[in-house]
Amino acid sequence: MDGNDLKRVAYYPGCALEGTGHAYNRSTKEVGKALGLELVEVKDWNCCGAMEVKNVDPQVQTYLSARNLAIAEDMGFDTVMSPCNGCYHNLKKAEYDLAHNPHAAEVNDRISRKAGHKTYQPGGVETIHALDWIRDAVGEDELRRRAMGKLAGLKVANYYGCMYTRPRHIYPEKDKGPGSESTLNPHFMDDILAAAGAENVDFPLKTACCGGAHSLSDSDTSTKLVLNILTTAEACGAEVIATECPTCHTGLEMHQVRAEKVLGRKTNVKILYFTQLLGMALGMSASKVGVQENMSDPSELLRAKGLG
Amino acid sequence: MDPVFPGMLAEIDAFLDGAPAGPGWSQDMLAMGEQVLEAWLAARGEVPGDDTVEGFRLLALHRQGCKGVPSFNACRETCREIVFRHNAAALYRDDKSEMLNQLRLQAMVVKHLALFVGGKLIDSGLGDFCCASRPLHQPGAA
Repeated sequence: MDGNDLKRVAYYPGCALEGTGHAYNRSTKEVGKALGLELVEVKDWNCCGAMEVKNVDPQVQTYLSARNLAIAEDMGFDTVMSPCNGCYHNLKKAEYDLAHNPHAAEVNDRISRKAGHKTYQPGGVETIHALDWIRDAVGEDELRRRAMGKLAGLKVANYYGCMYTRPRHIYPEKDKGPGSESTLNPHFMDDILAAAGAENVDFPLKTACCGGAHSLSDSDTSTKLVLNILTTAEACGAEVIATECPTCHTGLEMHQVRAEKVLGRKTNVKILYFTQLLGMALGMSASKVGVQENMSDPSELLRAKGLG
Repeated sequence: MDPVFPGMLAEIDAFLDGAPAGPGWSQDMLAMGEQVLEAWLAARGEVPGDDTVEGFRLLALHRQGCKGVPSFNACRETCREIVFRHNAAALYRDDKSEMLNQLRLQAMVVKHLALFVGGKLIDSGLGDFCCASRPLHQPGAA
């Protein structure tokens, strides 16, 4: 996609970015503004169906996501950007479902008519992630020029979580060779932060399961999985784990605290959204990108690195 | 909650805490990964196969283990990463420091596989609604 097409896109923040992921919302908007990009929020958007509705009735979840796509299309956009992995995954899933499952398309049409709005037809809007947006709309060279190596000396492990790449078949644009994202070894966040000067460490658990959906129902499993992600990041030399999903981010932070309390295992690696790091690389203060809203306090590290 | 693979996890932790690695340690860790997947297959009443994918039984076992259980794909990259680190350790056999680094990374990934599969043996729903997007694979879905 031409980067110019992405300078102004529809923005679907999703529920988490209005709650636990508020700092991600804030930092995404601030970074966009600083880079001359415009986000136009989807009017009257609704929940994408998250995990819960998908569990109860997958066709209703497809409808809920499709409604957001229909509104974005009605607003005149052909691209909707979603920073949350769960929302991004669900909008992509709806797109795939409507194109391949006649029953899903029929249910979507029926509910859309009943709700009194246009039925979304697949192919009308392309859903992209915040990583695609920044990388493609701005480009690594421009990021490099703007950030002037501000993240130099900061060792980062990039954690993408699972829903950014799985299941593969709902992401037809990935795995298309050089320049495209890889589902096996995603690298867009690495590329963006490297352009801002960060030193990405060789991190083998980029897409490993954190037990996210089981964070509450089976906390011990989640805590052990997260603890292994944290200790592995530290063993790889990372000072920071960069995240690009509010669920991953909250899970890592929450279970970092729980691992210390329940398992007696303290880890020191800090967890920051990639947009927070990028914002500070662009000269913003830590508070402007919402670092004070994070659970772990990275202020000492940020001061040592001359950030924020 | 008791760990599902206590002996294996203890052995990996001992290595990560500094215990020396024998010459076949990388191969041993590959075997541990296979053992984890064998336990998953056995729990599902299947006989683990002896086939290989890209030269590795671990990858074939993973492929066997995810048939009908798309959430098991949550550990697909974990298995591939184990193989990658195994190969990388072999590549650096003349550079002891880098070889040890690769072995440590391999150990952490094998540990993650054991924790994930252990979690699924306790609660098979782990990963169902995130990685796998299970509803896409249910009858009637595309």
